[in-house]
Amino acid sequence: MATAPVLFAALFDLNDPARYLHWHFFQMSVANVVVIVLMIAVFAAALLIPFPKRQRSS
Amino acid sequence: MWTTWLRERAVSSLPPEKLLPDRQPSYVSSWIYVFGVATIAALIVIVVSGMILGLKGPEWWHVSSVGHFFNSIHLWSVELFFFAMVVHLWGKFFMGAWRGGRGRTWVTGAIAFLVAIGAAFTGYLSQQNFDSQWIASEGKDGLNSVGVGAFFNVADFGQMYTFHVVLLPLAVVALVVWHVLLVRRHGVVPPYPAKAAKPAPGAASEGTPP
Amino acid sequence: MSAVGAPPAAPDPSVPWPGPFVRYDLVKELVVALGVVTLLAVVLTVLFSSPDDPPTTIQSWAQADPADFLATAMTELNGTSELAEYGPPYNHTPDATQKVGPLDLQSTPGVRIPIDTAKDFVLEPLAEIPANPRLRLALAAYERAPPTLQEAWAGAYEEALPKARMVHGVPALPAGRYGPVGPMMAALLGLAQSGGLDGALLANNHRFYQTNYTKPLLFLSGGGYFEERAEGQHLLGTQWGMMNETGSYPGQVWLWLYTFWYQIEPFLESPNADALIFVLMSVLSLAFICIPFIPGLRTLPRHLGLYRVIWRDHYREVEG
Repeated sequence: MATAPVLFAALFDLNDPARYLHWHFFQMSVANVVVIVLMIAVFAAALLIPFPKRQRSS
Repeated sequence: MWTTWLRERAVSSLPPEKLLPDRQPSYVSSWIYVFGVATIAALIVIVVSGMILGLKGPEWWHVSSVGHFFNSIHLWSVELFFFAMVVHLWGKFFMGAWRGGRGRTWVTGAIAFLVAIGAAFTGYLSQQNFDSQWIASEGKDGLNSVGVGAFFNVADFGQMYTFHVVLLPLAVVALVVWHVLLVRRHGVVPPYPAKAAKPAPGAASEGTPP
Repeated sequence: MSAVGAPPAAPDPSVPWPGPFVRYDLVKELVVALGVVTLLAVVLTVLFSSPDDPPTTIQSWAQADPADFLATAMTELNGTSELAEYGPPYNHTPDATQKVGPLDLQSTPGVRIPIDTAKDFVLEPLAEIPANPRLRLALAAYERAPPTLQEAWAGAYEEALPKARMVHGVPALPAGRYGPVGPMMAALLGLAQSGGLDGALLANNHRFYQTNYTKPLLFLSGGGYFEERAEGQHLLGTQWGMMNETGSYPGQVWLWLYTFWYQIEPFLESPNADALIFVLMSVLSLAFICIPFIPGLRTLPRHLGLYRVIWRDHYREVEG
């Protein structure tokens, strides 16, 4: 089957088979691990990065 | 009169200053608070990109580069939606955000999460590619094993597509609207009592039901 | 309400906040969030696009792996396939259903999507093939024969199939007593390789419009070729496949707990795994929804103390 035309080629072609991380019965794709690590990192950053002080309203 | 009753009820529980306030309590000063609105923003991008995909139907993105572009926007905004929603959910959990009568706010949010997973599931089933074939052939077993598959047939593209494009988005949006109105009604949950601070008389701490 | 001086140290969460307020522009926040999310989605699209592995057709299957196609078709004809012995909602098969303890939820709705694998996947598509008197005779002979003879022909064919030689891409079986099954399978393979079987299974009683792919999809999913393709993409249940996407794309990370149970005992070897895990996840989902009402869980955040990081500005002000 012919592949669809693309508006522009993606800068990174993710269509190759994924690499997997294995630990005992646990296995997860690198992409999914990246997403989970990012979630935790963003959550930590949201908690730790100071929020701009706001003017108290009267 | 029903109309008057409804209007008065709506206005008294959510007057304009409460529906769209221009201020928040002083403790709302953390980046964690932006993830609720980020989730809503992602939902808007999902719906708009979905509507654009709907303009030319489910075949379009397989045969058109512009269609494929909007399919990619739709897919990545779904990833961003779940990303923001999970961070929002973690924040709300650690804040004990159901305190002080806000139980329904948590409940509507949790149900919206689960319904959104269902919406994503029907979306993956509607792709009309190998991934959707495999997800249907596997998903049928879980649903059939508890009798659901007899009514919700993952191999029936027509049914999955209408669930995905009409029924489940309406359900998700309705739940999100209800959730946000509850937040506006009760306000953002205040902090737990400070250390060495005596609770105010009659204060409801976590010991009483929400 | 006007702002007052210091915030209370132990605010009552069930009454309106009596403490100070800050200016907060919710509409601007939404517009900024919309801009940021749109930009992120566009950047991710430009960087990675999205996957679109073309679907497997019955034609591509029959052309790429005719032996697997024929082996699958045989099991559908003689009723020994997983689908033929599935039970509801596809057919009545005793003791086939999954159970949760004594509960047989699978049987409750009955056979609502009836599939007769022999008729639907083999006999009816073959009966539509025109101008083939040899096939017509073979079909008549098969349908006239008693079940024991049909099984004997099918059994002989299945046993000989692994020993077949490939001649111009079509398996040539050694000599044997296959009865009419030989020409029937040859005709079915020809129909599949021409693309006609995809259409015949979808058109389903000569309907012009169709959006229900149950028959072609269930036929495909009985074959090893389809499963091998999934295995290559790490999509099998035993590969945590529920969370994965084709290629190297991130998948459905939020399904981690659902797929986790399939990897461990007692679910790994259980014939009731699907039903047990569905019920387990339903119970856990209900618990998730009801966290505010569950003693112990609803007080957990207070004990974990992470809230002190979130509200550190507030605590700095009230605790001095």
